[in-house]
Amino acid sequence: MERLHVIVLVILLIALAVTLVRLRSLLAIAILTGVYSLIMAVVYTLLDAVDVAFTEAVVGAGITLTLMLAAISLTTRRETKPGKRKGQRIVGAATAIVAGVALIYATTDMPGLGIQDAPIHRHVAPYYIETGPTETGVPNIVTASLASYRGFDTLGEVTVIFTAGISVMALLWRWGKDDR
Amino acid sequence: MFSLATLLVVIAMAMTLIRAVRGPTPYDRILAVNVHGTMTVLLIALAGFLTDRPDFLDLSLAYALLNFVGTLAALKFFKHGHLGEEQ
Repeated sequence: MERLHVIVLVILLIALAVTLVRLRSLLAIAILTGVYSLIMAVVYTLLDAVDVAFTEAVVGAGITLTLMLAAISLTTRRETKPGKRKGQRIVGAATAIVAGVALIYATTDMPGLGIQDAPIHRHVAPYYIETGPTETGVPNIVTASLASYRGFDTLGEVTVIFTAGISVMALLWRWGKDDR
Repeated sequence: MFSLATLLVVIAMAMTLIRAVRGPTPYDRILAVNVHGTMTVLLIALAGFLTDRPDFLDLSLAYALLNFVGTLAALKFFKHGHLGEEQ
């Protein structure tokens, strides 16, 4: 049943993508891209990739429309007609088709959705589950992986977030200026 | 029961999508997108119950908060023609 919902949503996505390509009003395209992201987020949620879904929703539906509108207000509201030169269009179509076929070909190698003996579950995960609590002394396995086994990775992530926070502060905080 | 509700919500999503694509005015599109966002929230909540994991509810609450950021930006753009410039 859940699979049926995913299929219906993917059909909606394809219809929407075709419409997006054919539309010429940039405003409509910016708005509809938000819908695309929302549907994509639902698909991710149904496929159990909740974190990916959340990123998609925040970036795609939350901030992209705002940024696109800002860009449109600085440029123009309508897309110009695509080039009439036939060669240009063929090169574009060929690039898109080749990239699409390559991506689809790459998915044929992937293990099935939710299969228990996929490589990712057999390689190092059992070791962490077994020895994690004794080796790190942390009872929660997620915390053990993040703070101990992947400690340097987490340190890098925290550095990135800290830098982003400082940048936002520097942008929003009008140091000493009182010209409101 | 949940399955039927989910299916109905998906159909409603398709209908709002048609309105968003056909327009004709930007306001139709904005409204359709907003309703579509509400449908997304409902669908994620229902999917949580459908798969016996009601903790998806938190996720749909967060989506509901996100939903009107874009709508507000778009409405501001339509009213002023820009998103705030130097006065």
